[in-house]
Amino acid sequence: MSSPEPFTAERAVEIISAHADQDGALLPVLHALQHTFGCVPPEAVPIVAGALNLSRADVHGVVTFYHDYRQTPASGRVLKLCRAEACQARGANAVIAKVEKALGVAMGETTKDGKVTLEPTFCLGLCASGPAAMLDERVVARLDDAGRLKALIEEARS
Amino acid sequence: MSVRIFVPCDAAAVAVGADEVAAAIAKEAAKLGQEVHIVRNGSRGAFELETLVEVDTADGRIGYGPVYPEDVAGLFTAGFLTGGKHAKRVGKPEELPFFKRQTRLMFARCGITDPQSLEDFRAHGGGLGLERALKLGSAGILDEVAKSGLRGRGGAGFPTGIKWKTVADAPGSPKYLVCNADEGDSGNFADRMVMEGDPFLLIEGMAIAALATGATKGYVYIRSEYPHAVAAMRKAIETARRAGILGPNVGGSDHAFDMEVRVGAGAYVCGEETALLDSIEGKRGQVRAKPPLPAHKGLFGKPTVINNVLSFAAVPWILAEGAAAYQALGVGRSRGTMPIQIAGDVKHGGLFEAPFGITLGELVDEVAGGTLSGKPVRAVQVGGPLGAYFPRAMFDTPLDYEAFAAKDGLVGHGSVVVFNDSVDMKAQARYALEFCAFESCGKCTPCRIGAVRGVETIDKLTAGDGPAKQMEILKDLCETMKFGSLCALGGFTPYPVMSAVTHFPEDFAVDQRAAEPAA
Repeated sequence: MSSPEPFTAERAVEIISAHADQDGALLPVLHALQHTFGCVPPEAVPIVAGALNLSRADVHGVVTFYHDYRQTPASGRVLKLCRAEACQARGANAVIAKVEKALGVAMGETTKDGKVTLEPTFCLGLCASGPAAMLDERVVARLDDAGRLKALIEEARS
Repeated sequence: MSVRIFVPCDAAAVAVGADEVAAAIAKEAAKLGQEVHIVRNGSRGAFELETLVEVDTADGRIGYGPVYPEDVAGLFTAGFLTGGKHAKRVGKPEELPFFKRQTRLMFARCGITDPQSLEDFRAHGGGLGLERALKLGSAGILDEVAKSGLRGRGGAGFPTGIKWKTVADAPGSPKYLVCNADEGDSGNFADRMVMEGDPFLLIEGMAIAALATGATKGYVYIRSEYPHAVAAMRKAIETARRAGILGPNVGGSDHAFDMEVRVGAGAYVCGEETALLDSIEGKRGQVRAKPPLPAHKGLFGKPTVINNVLSFAAVPWILAEGAAAYQALGVGRSRGTMPIQIAGDVKHGGLFEAPFGITLGELVDEVAGGTLSGKPVRAVQVGGPLGAYFPRAMFDTPLDYEAFAAKDGLVGHGSVVVFNDSVDMKAQARYALEFCAFESCGKCTPCRIGAVRGVETIDKLTAGDGPAKQMEILKDLCETMKFGSLCALGGFTPYPVMSAVTHFPEDFAVDQRAAEPAA
């Protein structure tokens, strides 16, 4: 994944105007901002509100409602491990414990070197191939296989 | 001569190395000077065989799986291009018991064709439903869908024909179609497979719905956890637009209809239809109180059909083959086929489309072949995170909306997740409440507060803090959530919780007995 650009108001305006001209533009606008800046920077909120004729509270409310939107960029690569039922039934909890131990962090935390952020996810639709994970935008399954799990952890750290 | 080789592009194949397998095949073929044409098909849905590589031979398509990149050189040596023997040769995939037992209407093409090839789609029966719909017109389509007995496949089971007719008759313009592809329920992946493996099927289904209802714009709301599906749908919509299936003249008619993909942002509750509408409108995904129904005042306050992917995807077959043929399948008031998604600890997991009526026991023991771990099956959760846990004693329950409801369960979106005997049902009940608390939109109190209190209550129960009383509180909370919540998130969370309590009381400790009200 390409590293996020530093926030500038000019760039934000450019992104917002590219997506503002559609019905219900807010989510597409926020997705586009996050795609560029790695998060929805708080400085962008008033600009979005102005462009879409919304209140800042409306925009803030939406940014904080959805789990996907970050207010600061994630540190390093994001490793999401599925903890939903179907993966649980295939041993996800054991996999989560192993990854937490290997990285030395708990769910929701970032490794000390800032290279990997570990997060939970609830279903990637790989329910017959679990335990499953997502490293940035890449999906990985069959993590009950020790070799595959080790390779994933190494890739996340690299 | 160039040999056609199929390597699935479905996320479940990609997640176990399909892209690397395709690259390895191309590389090895180049090294050997062998001309190959690699087709990235969808997945047929037998996931333990992924990556299932198929070769087009004189005897038909021969499958090999599960193939990893390191197997590729060996496959060439074994002569797999002509169907040669190899430890991973599975023969003709359609001859495998898992597929032989299925009745594939909706998934007839998935895994067979190149999902992005409109030519391939048409060569395999795609587009016939829309063709007939164009001849029938609105009233004819509505009649056909109503007669088919099709009910919403998202979980609620509401008759699709009635929903469509309500929108067709509703005053107001423009009218919208919304496809709920926010498939957040664990154990479910049929929507994802349709979008990745046969996206033109969904487009065809929505185009038919547009002709029937007079809708001019359709949104497909896909969860952000499905980047492959998002990309596949966007590309297919673009192709369909160029081919005139979408646009100002749908299929050469004077009806205008276009589609757009919207991506969710990680909120499970947006799978609830009214929360989904708010989300498309750019708001917090909070549930709306009904009435008004979305059919009267839906997206942007306009008449809106909101259906699950599978409901739209069922329609082309119904139009092409006729309502009677569809209606002839199934049991009771559950007509037609259901794409059942078998997952969890099973030998043969994946997509199994069959007419309603197959029993839970047949699915778990025969189709899925029992557990992968070899441990005994203890519980099966049907219908996603809000579905009930059934013990083996209830395996005679047929897949049928009414039969499941009668046993305090749900068919839901058709998922069957199998747990072995190491499962702790109290932990599963706690998880269901924790999940509800995490995903609650916060609009109604029973869900927002009830779920949090539920987790605390189970924790107190575990700590031995007045267990009998805690059980009473838990049951009371579940009653309140079930009858007092605005939507299915809070309203159905009691299903997994109470089914665990009822069918697996031993996991809630002996004090459970003291909590039982005197019958």
